Amino acid sequence: METLPEGAWLPMVFAGLMGLAMLLYAVLDGFDLGVGIMLRAAPEEAERDRMIHSIGPFWDANETWLVLGVGLLLVAFPRAHGMILTALYIPVLLMLVGLIARGVAFEFRTKAPEAQKPRWDLAFQGGSLLAGFSQGWMLGVYILGFAEGWGALLFALFCGVFICAGYALIGASWLVWRTEGALQERAVRWARIALILTGIGVVAVSLATPFASPRIMERWFSFPEILGLAPIPVATGALFLVVFLSLRHLPRRDAALDWVPFAATAGIFILCFQGLAYSFWPYVVPDRLTIFEAASAPESLLIILVGTLVVLPVIIAYTVLVWRWFGGKAQALKYY
Amino acid sequence: MDGVMLSRIQFAANISFHILFPAITIALGWILLFLKLRFNATKDEAWMDAYKFWVKVFALSFAMGVVSGVTMSFQFGTNWPGYMERVGNIAGPLLAYEVITAFFLEATFLAVMLFGYGRVPDRLHTLATLLVALGTTMSAFWILVLNSWMQTPAGFEIRGGVAHATDWAAIILNPSMPFRVTHMLLASGLTASFLVAGLSAYRWLRGDDSPGVMRAMRVGVFVAATLIPLQILAGDMHGLNTLHHQPQKVAAMEGIWETERGAGLRLFAWPDDANRTNRYAVEVPYLGSLILTHSWEGEIRGLNEFAGEHPPMLPVFLAFRVMVGMGVLMLLVSWWAAFSFWRRGRVSRPAAWALAGMTFSGWVATLAGWYTTEIGRQPWLVTGILRTGEAAGPVPAGTVATSLAAYLAVYAFLLLAYVGTLMHLARRPALTGPDAPGEPKRPGLPAAATLVPGE
Repeated sequence: METLPEGAWLPMVFAGLMGLAMLLYAVLDGFDLGVGIMLRAAPEEAERDRMIHSIGPFWDANETWLVLGVGLLLVAFPRAHGMILTALYIPVLLMLVGLIARGVAFEFRTKAPEAQKPRWDLAFQGGSLLAGFSQGWMLGVYILGFAEGWGALLFALFCGVFICAGYALIGASWLVWRTEGALQERAVRWARIALILTGIGVVAVSLATPFASPRIMERWFSFPEILGLAPIPVATGALFLVVFLSLRHLPRRDAALDWVPFAATAGIFILCFQGLAYSFWPYVVPDRLTIFEAASAPESLLIILVGTLVVLPVIIAYTVLVWRWFGGKAQALKYY
Repeated sequence: MDGVMLSRIQFAANISFHILFPAITIALGWILLFLKLRFNATKDEAWMDAYKFWVKVFALSFAMGVVSGVTMSFQFGTNWPGYMERVGNIAGPLLAYEVITAFFLEATFLAVMLFGYGRVPDRLHTLATLLVALGTTMSAFWILVLNSWMQTPAGFEIRGGVAHATDWAAIILNPSMPFRVTHMLLASGLTASFLVAGLSAYRWLRGDDSPGVMRAMRVGVFVAATLIPLQILAGDMHGLNTLHHQPQKVAAMEGIWETERGAGLRLFAWPDDANRTNRYAVEVPYLGSLILTHSWEGEIRGLNEFAGEHPPMLPVFLAFRVMVGMGVLMLLVSWWAAFSFWRRGRVSRPAAWALAGMTFSGWVATLAGWYTTEIGRQPWLVTGILRTGEAAGPVPAGTVATSLAAYLAVYAFLLLAYVGTLMHLARRPALTGPDAPGEPKRPGLPAAATLVPGE
C-alpha cells in the first residue's frame, strides 16, 4: 500500500469535490450540449423550439458545475491549474468560443428578428459541437499526459469525436425522456446511432489508456486489484446493453420507461469517470504532479471546505426543487 | 508586442466586455423585483407588462455575462498562472465563495424567474426574482472583495514567496472594499436605470405610450436622479480612500508629476509620459488641493515620488475625466427628466431624446472608471506583492495573438448583436394584458414548447 502524506485528507476531499463537479458537469451539461449537437437534425422549427425549451430551465445551472470544477482546480491545486490550462491553451480557447456561441444563442434565437433565427440555430449547434469536441480533445491530451506529436494529436481529436458521440447519446436519451410524439421517435433513432459511436469510443479509450502509461497498465492489470476492478467494465457493458434494449422497445405508449436510457447513460458516464479517476489517482497532472504536491495551504482549503459543506446541500436542495417544478412532460401547462 | 502585453490586452478586452452585462443585471434584478412587487400590490397589468419586457433584457444580458464570465475564469489559468501561484491562498477562497454562494443561486432561480410565471405559485415567482437579484449582488460583492484586496491587500503574510491568509476578516474588510463595493453597486444602479429610462424613452418617442412603457421610464428616471448625487458623494469618498492607500493612482488621475502644495485642478491636459509633463493644461488654481485635502495649501504627492512604481499617466488621466464628465451629464439629464415628470406628470420630448441618447451612458462611465482604477494600480497586479509581468504564463506571443484576435472578433460581433436585439425588442409593439399579440398561443404543443421567458 502507498502511504499517504500527513494531512492528506484535505487534498483528497478537494480532489473528490472537484471530480464530483466535473462529473456532474459532464452529465448535466452533457445532455444540453448533446441536444444542441442534434438541433438542426430536426427539420421543423417547432421541434427545434421544443428541444431547446426542454433544456432551457436547466442549462445555466448545469454550466455552473464547470465553473465550480475549474474553480476548485484553481483554488485547491493552483500549480496544477496553471500547468494544465497553459498546456491546453488552444482547446480551451475553442471550448470557450463554443460555450459563448451556444450560451448566447439560447437568448438571441427567440429575441433577435425572426429572420436571424436560423443563423442562431446554427450558432447553437456549432457552439455545442465545438464545446463538446474541444472538451474531448482536452480529455485526450490529459489521458496521454500532455504528450506531443502527431499520434497524440490524432488520439486527442478522436477523443473529441467520441465525447461528442457520448453527449449526443445522453442528449438524445434526455429527449426520449422529456419529449413525445414525432420528436421522441426521432430522438430514439438518434440515440441508437450515438450508442454505437459511444460504444466504439469507450472501448478504444479504455484500450489506449493503459498503453499510454505503464503506470496505468500496472494499476489495472496487476493481481489482485484486477478482481476488485473487474466490476467497472462489466457494469459498463451491462448498462450499454440496458440502453440498447430499452431503445429497441421505445417509445412505449405508457411512457413509463422513457427515463431508462437517460439513467443508464448517466450510469455509463459515472463508471467511465470512475475508471479514469482510478487510472490517474493520485496525480492531478498525469505522472508529474500529485494532488498532495499541488495543494493549496491547509488554512485556505479549510475555509473553502467549511463554506462548501454548508452551501452544497442547499444548492442540491434547490436544484432538486427546480427539477421537480420543471419535471416531466407536463401536458397541462396553462398559459396564465 | 510581447506575450505579456498581449495577455494584458486580452484580459482587459475580456473583462471590459464582461462588466458591461453585470453592470446591467446587478441592478436590473432589483428593478424587476420592484416592478413585480408593485404588480403584486396593485394588480395593475401595466407593471407586469414592464416586468415582461425587462425580464427579457435581463435574460439576454445575463447570458452574455455568464458566457464572458466563464471565459474569464479560464483565463486566470491560461494566461496568468503566476497569479494563483502567488496569491491563490487568498484569491481562491474568495472566488470559491462567489461560485458557491452566488452563481448557483442566480443560475438556478433564473429558470423560475424566466419560465416560472403561471407555472409555479406566484409568491414563489416573486421569491425567485428576489433570489436572483440577491445572487447577482452577492456575486458582485465577492468579486469586488477580491479586486479590492488586490488593490489594498491586508490580513496576510508571505511565507516561501507565497501569500498565506492570517486574518480573513481583514482580508474581506480590506481598506478599499467598502468604497469600491458602494461605488460599483451605485454604478450598476445608474447603468440599469439609464438603460431602462433611455430604452423606454425611445419606445415612447416611436409612438408607444402604453402604461407599461411609461411606468418603466418613470422608474428609470427617478432611480437615476436619486442615485447620481449619491454616486458623486461615494466617488469622492472612494477618491480620498485611494489617495490614502494608492497615492500614485491619484497623482496620475489628477495629472500631478511633481509633488506640490496648493495644486491646481487640471480640468483638461494631455499628459506626456515620455517627457513627464502636461501639454495644453487648463487648470483652476488651488482647487485640486482643496478637493483632495480639503485645504487650500494641502500637499499632493506627485509621480516623482514613485519612480518605477507608478502607472502611465495618460490613460488614467483621460479615463478619469471621461468618467467624471459622464457623471455630470447623467446628473443634468436625469434631473431635467425628473423635473419634467414632476411638473407635468410626463417627460418632455427634448428630455426624452436626451434620455434615449444616454441609454448606454452607464457603460461608458463604468468602463472609464474601471480603466482609471485598474490601469492606475499598474505596474502591480497585487499591490506590493506581485507585478503584472511576473504573473504571465509561458504561452508564446503568437498563440496569444491568435486567441486575442478570436476573442475580439467574437466580442465585437456579440456587442453588435446585443445592441441590435435590444433595439429590435424596443421597436416591437408593447405587450398589453395576458392575451398580448406577438406571443402566439400554441395550446396544441406540450409543456416544453410553451416556455417563453416572462410568460
